[in-house]
Amino acid sequence: MVAAMTTAPDVLRGLSAGPAHEVPGQARDRVAPGSDLAPIWGWLDQVPDPEIPVISLVDLGVIRGLAWSGDTLEVTVTPTYSGCPATAIINMSIQDGLRARGVQKVAITRQLSPPWTTDWLSEKGRAALEEYGIAPPQPAGGPSRCPHCQSENVSKISQFGSTPCKAQWRCGDCLEPFDYFKCI
Amino acid sequence: MSETFEYLLRLGDSALILGHRVSEWCGHGPYLEEDIALANTALDLIGQATLWLEYAAEVEGKGRSADDLAYLRDAHEYRNLLLVERPNGDFGQTIMRQFLFDAYMVPLLDRLSAHDDPRIAEIAAKTAKETAYHLERSLDLCVRLGDGTEQSHARMQAALDDLWPYTGEMFLGDAVDAAMGVDPSALREAWLATVRQLETAGTLALPDSEYAHKGGRSGQHSEHLGYVLAEMQWLQRSNPGAAW
Repeated sequence: MVAAMTTAPDVLRGLSAGPAHEVPGQARDRVAPGSDLAPIWGWLDQVPDPEIPVISLVDLGVIRGLAWSGDTLEVTVTPTYSGCPATAIINMSIQDGLRARGVQKVAITRQLSPPWTTDWLSEKGRAALEEYGIAPPQPAGGPSRCPHCQSENVSKISQFGSTPCKAQWRCGDCLEPFDYFKCI
Repeated sequence: MSETFEYLLRLGDSALILGHRVSEWCGHGPYLEEDIALANTALDLIGQATLWLEYAAEVEGKGRSADDLAYLRDAHEYRNLLLVERPNGDFGQTIMRQFLFDAYMVPLLDRLSAHDDPRIAEIAAKTAKETAYHLERSLDLCVRLGDGTEQSHARMQAALDDLWPYTGEMFLGDAVDAAMGVDPSALREAWLATVRQLETAGTLALPDSEYAHKGGRSGQHSEHLGYVLAEMQWLQRSNPGAAW
């Protein structure tokens, strides 16, 4: 019943300006069930993360699959942290974002396994985080450099921060505190 | 009542009650960063409780939701460990309680992430990552405060002595554990290996006593749980069915 699922990296590779990057918001023609999933991935890549709006839900790696089931678009979503209050907002943003593009029926399925990992953050997302002032996750467990001045003289203030996905660090050179995206 | 339902309540209730206890610190932490860390830990635990209790409600199949299980059961229907209902005390007691629990949950969730029931396995694998992160912080703080000033050392030793009799219950298996194919006594060695770091790095003395208060996992609780539930449940109890 469910058509073959697609995953983000292969379809997003090579996406450039096109129908996927049009300005959202206007009434659109209905998207035909069964139509190509690649532009839909592009639309979801325009839906911002509610807590860190400089990255998209696709950048965050929480959209695990898209598939048509009859006339319904099934979106498989994985939570970041078990108690993350943004989870409900993320689901609403997906619904709103796809409806605005003319997808009539959207069903969201939660998938826990395999558990979300920061390895799924896109390269584009990692760069956007740093540009915004949030150090991207590193396997070593701490930021490689200050996102403001690029100094490597950084130290941890707290393992936790303003959202479940972040920790607090500070730079010893420019003396600015900054958020670090926890590596899990 | 099915063993799976009982077992899921044990996992969900321990996460929920500890999450509620830790949330009591919100706005009262010793300093801002620690206040935020406590609130984040509580949030993770309440999220984990939701995952376990949602599945418990499904397994029970009586149309109850995770919220119904959280807000509409009395103390004798709760299946959490006695350890997690202990009062917060000072910050040392709160973080020691967290550490003793985290050190237990890491090997338990590791075991459960290979469970035959795929839903249990996936919830365990998901929550294991957060729990390992919690352990990193709680161990670090217990060691630093244990090996800290005279006062912090004395408070951490008092916390360890006070909470120690509530740790034995974690390793006592019963028919429910057996039916689920989990032997809690097999987790003690891994737990103790972690806890011994309080001695080696934290300069604290592990108590000799093997005495264990027990009963939480089968519904016999201390008087403290009633007060926790009174605060947690009052809104649903006084305004039944109230929703956002």
